[in-house]
Amino acid sequence: MSSTQDPKATTMDPASQKPAKKKSPVSRRGFLQGSGVGAGVLTAGMLASPEEAAAQAAAVSTAAVAITLNINGKMLKATVEPRVTLLDCMRQYLDLTAAKRVCDRGTCGACTVIVDGKVMYGCTMLAIDAQGRKIETLEGIAARKHPIIQSFVNNDAQQCGYCTPGMVVASKGFLDRNPSPTFEEVKKGLGGNLCRCGTYVGIRKAVLEAATELKGGAKTNA
Amino acid sequence: MPDYSWPPMDKRRVMGKRFTRLDGIAKSSGAAKYPSDFGAKDLLYAVILGSPHAHAKITRIDIADAKAHPGVTAVRIISAEGKEMNWVGQEIASIAATTELAARDAARKIKVDYEILPHLVHEHDLAKAGPRARPAGEQTTGEPEKGFQECQTVVEGTYNIPVITHCCLEPHGQVIQWKGDSIEYWPSTQNVSGIGGDLAKALGVPVTNVHVQMEYMGGGFGSKFPSDLWGAECAQLSKESGGRPVTLFLDRAQELMLGGNRPSVFAKVKVGAKDGKLHAWQSETTATGGFTGGGMNADLFPYVFRDLPHRKVNHTAVSINTGSARAWRAPNHPQQAYVTFSAMEDLCAAMKVDPLDFFSNNIKMVRQASLRDTYLRQLQKGAELIDWKKNWHQRGDMAKGPIKRGLGLGFATWGGLGHDSKCRTTIHPDGTVEVELGTQDLGTATRTMIAMVVSETTGVPHTQIKIRLGDSRFPASGASGGSTTIGGVSVSSRKSSMNALEKLFEKIAPLLNTTPDKLEAVDGSIRVKSEPAKSMSWKAACQKLGIQPITEMGENVGRNAPREGLISQGVAGIQMADVSVDIETGVVKMNKLVIVQDCGLVVNPRTAESQAYGAGIMTICAALCEERIADQQTGLTLNPDMEFYKLAGAGDIGEIIAHMDIHPDNDKRGIIGLGEPVAVGGIAAIGNAVANAIGVRVPTIPLTPNRVLAALKQSGHVNGRSIA
Repeated sequence: MSSTQDPKATTMDPASQKPAKKKSPVSRRGFLQGSGVGAGVLTAGMLASPEEAAAQAAAVSTAAVAITLNINGKMLKATVEPRVTLLDCMRQYLDLTAAKRVCDRGTCGACTVIVDGKVMYGCTMLAIDAQGRKIETLEGIAARKHPIIQSFVNNDAQQCGYCTPGMVVASKGFLDRNPSPTFEEVKKGLGGNLCRCGTYVGIRKAVLEAATELKGGAKTNA
Repeated sequence: MPDYSWPPMDKRRVMGKRFTRLDGIAKSSGAAKYPSDFGAKDLLYAVILGSPHAHAKITRIDIADAKAHPGVTAVRIISAEGKEMNWVGQEIASIAATTELAARDAARKIKVDYEILPHLVHEHDLAKAGPRARPAGEQTTGEPEKGFQECQTVVEGTYNIPVITHCCLEPHGQVIQWKGDSIEYWPSTQNVSGIGGDLAKALGVPVTNVHVQMEYMGGGFGSKFPSDLWGAECAQLSKESGGRPVTLFLDRAQELMLGGNRPSVFAKVKVGAKDGKLHAWQSETTATGGFTGGGMNADLFPYVFRDLPHRKVNHTAVSINTGSARAWRAPNHPQQAYVTFSAMEDLCAAMKVDPLDFFSNNIKMVRQASLRDTYLRQLQKGAELIDWKKNWHQRGDMAKGPIKRGLGLGFATWGGLGHDSKCRTTIHPDGTVEVELGTQDLGTATRTMIAMVVSETTGVPHTQIKIRLGDSRFPASGASGGSTTIGGVSVSSRKSSMNALEKLFEKIAPLLNTTPDKLEAVDGSIRVKSEPAKSMSWKAACQKLGIQPITEMGENVGRNAPREGLISQGVAGIQMADVSVDIETGVVKMNKLVIVQDCGLVVNPRTAESQAYGAGIMTICAALCEERIADQQTGLTLNPDMEFYKLAGAGDIGEIIAHMDIHPDNDKRGIIGLGEPVAVGGIAAIGNAVANAIGVRVPTIPLTPNRVLAALKQSGHVNGRSIA
C-alpha cells in the first residue's frame, strides 16, 4: 500500500485496522496550492477525479499530518510531513534513536527495522506509510532480552557500535526466518548491512551462537 | 615512589585476559547515545549548503528567501561574494530551522550565482596537472645507477592506489548550545580534551566557556580531531537562534566529500637484486591530498626493507579540486606498503624465488634492527596459519579451470607510543573506585582496558570500576590518533590508581600491624604479602576512610615514557592473503587473510583481535572495492554515497585469522598501540595473492573485475597459454 494509491493510508487507525473517521488533514485546496498544480490539470484530464487529486495531495503536500505508529507494541503519535521517513520520524520525533541514519538511501542497513515481520530499511519507507503496520525496533528487541544482544557482546561483534543496532535487528529478523542457519547462510543473510570498523567476524559468530541459544531455550528468558 | 611496573606476565590476574567489552550491552541494545542521537525539546536542525562546482567564484549570494522560509531561525553566509570555491561541497552557507526538512528547503532557496573556473580533479596525469604539481621531496642513498647495473635481476612496474574516504558511519558533526557565556558541546570526535580549545579559538571565546561531552562516537579513523568549520557554524547558529541547541551533521554525500580522505599514490618503481639480496630501489610517486596537495614522507620508501645499499626516491604532490585529505589510519603506511611489496613481489616472481625465503634472506634490510627477529618469527607463524609451504606456487596457478588461487604477503610497522595523559582515581569510603580522564573510546575498548588496568592495580573486579571518560572537565588526555591512546591511558590510570592505593595502604597498615610497603591489594582484599591470612576486605578497608575519599593523580608524559618501562613503541606485523580469482569474470574472492601482529604487552587479547579483524577488513575493502571516483568533465565526485562507494560486507571477507604475537620478548617492552599497524599490509598481500594466482600484476587497486580482466587481456596469456 502506498500513499500515492490510497489516500486512506494516512488516516488508518492502527489499533482497529479500520479507516479512521477523522478527516484527512490535507485539504485538496492546500494540495493544489502547495504543489502549484492549476485547475487546468484537472480539466485536462491529468487527474481523473477529486479522489485521485486527494491521493496525490497526501503524497506531495508538505503540510504536517498527525500519525500514529505501532512501534514495539505501543501506539506512538507524531505530527510529521508526509515526506518524513519512518527512520527520521523515529529518530527526530519519537526519540527512538537505536536505528541510525547512515547512507539514507537503502544501502547500509544501519536503520534496519522489522515491519510486519519483514526486515526493512527504515530510511526507505515513509512514516505515513508505516501506519497500521507492526513495527519492531531494537528498543523492543532489547526490552525482551533477545539472546542475539548478549551474543553480540560475547563475540565482540562491535567496535564504534554505530552499525550495531541495524546488525542486531537484521540478525534477529534473519533468525526469525531461518532459525538453523549455516555459516554460508549467515553471510548472505547479513549482506544488506555494512560496517566500517570491520566487525563481521564477530557478527557472523554471534548469529550462529544466538541460533544455538534460541534452540536451547533454557539458558535465556527470550 | 610506588613501583608502577606491570606484574610479570605469569603473575597478572586481569591484564592479558579475554574480557568482553564493558559497554557491549549498551551498544548492542541501542541504549548507547551518540552525539547524532541527541534529542532535546527545542532542538534545531542545521544544514550546510555547499558549492555545486569544483572551482567557481561566487558573484552573488542572496539569502533573503531562505531567511523568510517558515521555521528558519538563522541563516549564515560562510562564503561571501568574491570568494573562490575550490571543491564541490565547499561550504557557502549554514541554515538552522525547527525541522531538518525546513532547513533543507531553505537551503534550496539560497540564490547563488557563480563564475565557473577551470578545475582539475585527476592527479595521475602530470602533464595535465601543470603548475598544480609540485616537487615534494627527493632523496638519494648510495649510487642508484651503478647499483642497478650490479643487479642480476631488475623489474619495473607501476602501482596505483586511489583516494579513498573515511566514510565514517556517524558523519562528522555535533550538537551545540551556546547560551550566554556557556557553550555546551557534544561533538563526534577523537579528541575530547582538545576539541573544546579548538572551537573556543575559532569562536574567539575563553576555552573555559566550552564544555565538551561525548560518551560514544560512530567512527573517526583519523578524520575527527578538529572542531572544523561545522563546529563553529553550529555554535553561531545556536547563538543567533537565541541559545537553542542545534544539531549539525554532514549528510552522506558531504561526509564522503568533506569528511576526510586518504591520499592516493601513483608510483613508478624500479627495483633490483644482486645475489638474492635487495640492492637498488628507485621510485617516482605522485599523490594528491585534495586542494592542499599531497605530501608524503619519501624517506619511508621502500617501506620497512629500507636499508638497501642504493636508493633514489622522489615525490610529486598535486593539488586538485576536491575536499582535503585527513589522517587515515596509519597515514601513508598502507600506500607505501602496497607500492613497496608489490614491486618486491614482482622482483621475486622474476627471480622465481619464494617471497617468504626472499624476505627472510633480506631481513637485515629492515631498518629497525630490533624488529628483525620478530618479523622472522611472524613469517614463520603466518606461513603456518595460511599453509604457505603447501599452497604457494610460482607465479600463475597452473590448475585447470577458470578459478586460480594464489598467496601473497605484506609487512607493517608503526610507532604506537602512548600520548600525554592525566588521570584521577578516587577511592570512595563505600569502596567504589572511580577513574576519570578526558579520553574517548572510539570502539577500541579503551573503557574496558582502563578498567582492567585499574583492576590489576587495586584488586577490585574490573566490572566494578567506575570509568568516567568523554568529558573535557576530566584530566586531559591526548587525542586518539596514531595508536597512542592505550599507552597513554594505561600509564596514567596505573599511576593514579597506585598512588591512591598507597594512601589507602598508609591508612590500613597500622590496623594490620604492618607497614604500607608490606601490603598488597588482591582479589577484593588488602593483605600482608608474607602473611596472606592477615587481610581485610576491600570494602572494610575503604570504610576506614570515614567520610573523606582518597583522590590521586597519575600522568603519562610521552617523551619520558620509554624510560619508565611501562610502554614503548615500534611494532612489527605481517599480513598474508589467500585468494581465488575467476579469470572468466575477473572476480576476486577472499579465501583467507592472516594477520600476525606484535603490540608489546597485550592488555585484552579479545578486543585486540577485534582491532586486527577490523583493520584487516578495511584492507580488503581498499584492495577489492573502495575508490572515490571523480569526473574530470564535470568536476563532480560520482560516488559520494554507499551504493557506489563500495565497502565489503559479511560475505566478502573470507576467513580472517588474527594472531596476536604474545611473546615474552614483546611483552617485556610494555604496552604499545595497535590500531594502525594492522591496517597496513593487507592491501599489498591481497594484490600479491592475485598476481600469484593469475600470473600477471594488476597495477591499480581496487582489484575490480574490469581491472583484473584488462590486466589479463594486456598480458595476452594466462599461465603460459595465449588468450588472444
